[in-house]
Amino acid sequence: MLQLPAHVYAEIVGHCLGGLPDEACGLLGGDGVTGDVARCYPTRNLAASAKLYTVDPAEHLRADRDAESRGIEIMGVFHSHTHTDAYPSPTDVAQAPDPGWHYVLVSLRDTHPVLRSYRIYGVVVEEEPVVVGPG
Amino acid sequence: MAVEVRLPTVLRQHAGGRAAVIAEGGTIGEVLADLVRSYPGLKGQVLTEDGTLHKFVNVYVDDDDVRYLEQLDTKVADGDTVSILPAVAGG
Repeated sequence: MLQLPAHVYAEIVGHCLGGLPDEACGLLGGDGVTGDVARCYPTRNLAASAKLYTVDPAEHLRADRDAESRGIEIMGVFHSHTHTDAYPSPTDVAQAPDPGWHYVLVSLRDTHPVLRSYRIYGVVVEEEPVVVGPG
Repeated sequence: MAVEVRLPTVLRQHAGGRAAVIAEGGTIGEVLADLVRSYPGLKGQVLTEDGTLHKFVNVYVDDDDVRYLEQLDTKVADGDTVSILPAVAGG
């Protein structure tokens, strides 16, 4: 399960909308085991593409250090799909680095953004429930 | 030179669960080679079979990505921190 405080949910969706027409991306800080997200780290999409994303490595390092200083860890990544479902693409699955991470997809295809979260174990993709609440 | 090498969560299983280990070398290439000698499970995760940096990881000396320095020839000094993070990308 992924537990998103409302302000983090808003920040993720806002960053994705702000990235249009390209895909947008960022990292999530929190507890990977419980799925509690504490912070969102919006990052640049170095690929600057509507079909691909690459988290800026320098921003990843900064986010990693910030998370450590707060006693949390980088436990996932989010990115948008501008014209397709909120489901991991074959490229997403092939490049998923960590079975302990939570992979959040935001589809901007329709009028309202759709946010979903997945765990990726090798080639196996499992959707997980997303709970948005106060915090 | 002895430097601290910080490992991402996904690689810690190959290093006894440690978040950071000590490795020796005067360049990033030497440090990573020493790391793989100590923790053979990291072989293939950090370096390719050709001995080049794996494209699925980013390696930093302190704040700097070694791809923008001298890659594996980037020099390290005592007390430097080497960080390895997964390259995060997709489509």
